[in-house]
Amino acid sequence: MGRVFVAVGLGALLFLALKVGNMASASSGDTYAIQAKFDNIGGLKVRGAVKSAGVVVGRVSEIRFDPEAYVAVVTINLDARYKFPRDTFATINTSGLLGEQYIGFEIGGDTAMLKAGDTIKKTQSAVVLEKLISQFMFNKAAEDGGKK
Amino acid sequence: MSLEPLVEIRDLNFTYDSRPVLTGINMTIPRGKVVAVMGSSGCGKTTTLRLIGGQLRATSGSVKVGGQLVNELDGDGLYLLRRRMGMLFQFGALFTDMSVYDNIAFQMREHTDLPESVIRDLVMMKLHAVGLRGAHDLMPSELSGGMARRVALARAVALDPMLILYDEPFAGLDPISLSIIGELIRKLNDVLGASSVVVTHDVQESLKIVDYVYFVSAGKIVAEGTAEEIKRSKVPYVHQFVWGEADGPVPFHYPSRPYGDELMERAAQRG
Amino acid sequence: MDKTVLPALRNLGQKVTARIWRLGYASRFFLAMLLHSGTALRRLNLTIREIYFTGVLSLIIILVSGMFVGMVLGLQGYDTLQRYGSTEALGVLVSLSLVRELGPVVAALLFASRAGSAITAEIGMMKATEQLSAMEMMAVDPIARVVAPRFWGGVISMPLLAALFSAMGIFGGYLVGVQLIGVDEGSFWSQMQASVDFREDILNGVIKSFVFGIIVSWVAVFEGYDAEPTAEGVSGATTRTVVTSSLAILAADFILTAFMFTGT
Repeated sequence: MGRVFVAVGLGALLFLALKVGNMASASSGDTYAIQAKFDNIGGLKVRGAVKSAGVVVGRVSEIRFDPEAYVAVVTINLDARYKFPRDTFATINTSGLLGEQYIGFEIGGDTAMLKAGDTIKKTQSAVVLEKLISQFMFNKAAEDGGKK
Repeated sequence: MSLEPLVEIRDLNFTYDSRPVLTGINMTIPRGKVVAVMGSSGCGKTTTLRLIGGQLRATSGSVKVGGQLVNELDGDGLYLLRRRMGMLFQFGALFTDMSVYDNIAFQMREHTDLPESVIRDLVMMKLHAVGLRGAHDLMPSELSGGMARRVALARAVALDPMLILYDEPFAGLDPISLSIIGELIRKLNDVLGASSVVVTHDVQESLKIVDYVYFVSAGKIVAEGTAEEIKRSKVPYVHQFVWGEADGPVPFHYPSRPYGDELMERAAQRG
Repeated sequence: MDKTVLPALRNLGQKVTARIWRLGYASRFFLAMLLHSGTALRRLNLTIREIYFTGVLSLIIILVSGMFVGMVLGLQGYDTLQRYGSTEALGVLVSLSLVRELGPVVAALLFASRAGSAITAEIGMMKATEQLSAMEMMAVDPIARVVAPRFWGGVISMPLLAALFSAMGIFGGYLVGVQLIGVDEGSFWSQMQASVDFREDILNGVIKSFVFGIIVSWVAVFEGYDAEPTAEGVSGATTRTVVTSSLAILAADFILTAFMFTGT
């Protein structure tokens, strides 16, 4: 009787782990770490997703500030199953208008692949919504001013 | 068997929260005998029982059971000693979440590795001795007061103890159950070759079955002797107790100032 | 002034010392219980019996409350999220609130008032009717035989009940959000899976409920064992179990949350 209850409870835990959580997808398999430097990471967080073609291929493991170059250095753990060309282009994107931020990989054409410890050269910073809006307003105002 | 008595209490003092409960108690319980400890409620007789069982520790003096000093035993030693003691609690103290059968099998299962078939035979034997073999699968809540007390008695002797302690075995029983329990106490003691200590305030019933009586009042032994000697005792307190008189050395009134003084005072206050 | 302030201070001081003394007593009891846990773990049947009692006692109330809490989260969450046009995030909202916070906390509160009070009442009554004393006289340690199995039973039941609560709540949120309101089913589940992390969210929730299980079970067995051996004493102890463990759960929840979900 007690065993049935324990079994049902463990079943609920399993449901949480597999169906609700991402344990199935975030299988802690082999990974390799690379780095990418961004002028502005916006709202990117540690554990944020790294996606290529919309598929999660890795996770952000560390974010720190480089006090010499004044840039953010992001360490990424990539799934060992996936290899990317050296000239892969990393951008910080937002899922939806207000969603979480993630790093997107756009594939380059180099034949050499990224190895552990490499640094991605070409990056694009986060689009900061406030900047975008103020730019838009400014332009709009300028346009309106021009018409008068 | 040695002639040394089973229980020997010498110059026992026990204080609780700096209040003396027992002072200068000397008792001897010979092997094979049933000894009663009598006295009115709150005189310290249950405390005596707990000191023998090791649930309380003497402040000074010694309690010796089967040659071992109870007040100097450590936890394990005490538990080993208790395996050879049985105790009947005031209202039975049966385990309410177990059936009658499991209650009696409890100690056998805890302390022995006997196979279940042997345990069953032993349990049925004990239940048969108290006349309740047919009630083995009832729960304690389904038993009458007298039956519960008999089951508790069977449980107390489950491991054939050398010493059986009874805490108010007659409390709250009808006359028929009363004499059944009385007879069982005597019979079990003799059959098992054990010794018994009965703490009670039921004079008439216990005087029928016991070999020796200690009378306790206000933490001291005031009288002792065989049942006949106690009945003929000239000690005023014992006389009052045995014959159940309302007034005597134990006064009817709780200590207070004379009522007359109080009335006068209040009259004066009203002016 | 001295005459009014000093007695009040003295009174306060006495109350504080009494509380601290009692906490120390409870801690010593806790240690004794851990030291005597050998029997409970060696004779697993004793503990499983208690898991059954505490677990099944609270099962219905946990399942029903979980369901309702999830359904309310679905309604409220939808109402808020639709203002930002991100109703597909409903699954995330429901599951994260449940797994991280509501599951462990509400399940623990329900557990305290259902199973915790029952444990206290049971042990208290065993004490009042001298059953514990009788056990001692039978050379069986009541802490090892009665208290420890109930404690471990509660500790093991609690995370399972919290998981059931969360699972049921997510199901309730799904019923309201997807079946009733019509949020897209695919995004409900996929967004949930994308943002609920096993280690950070689910495991931390399990750790929380484990800690709450220790708190509730400890308070319950201690209050029962320490209860005054009268009917009145037992009923007072039962009330104290619910009050003390509820407060302790909420306080511990704050501390655990502060450690777990900050920084990143």
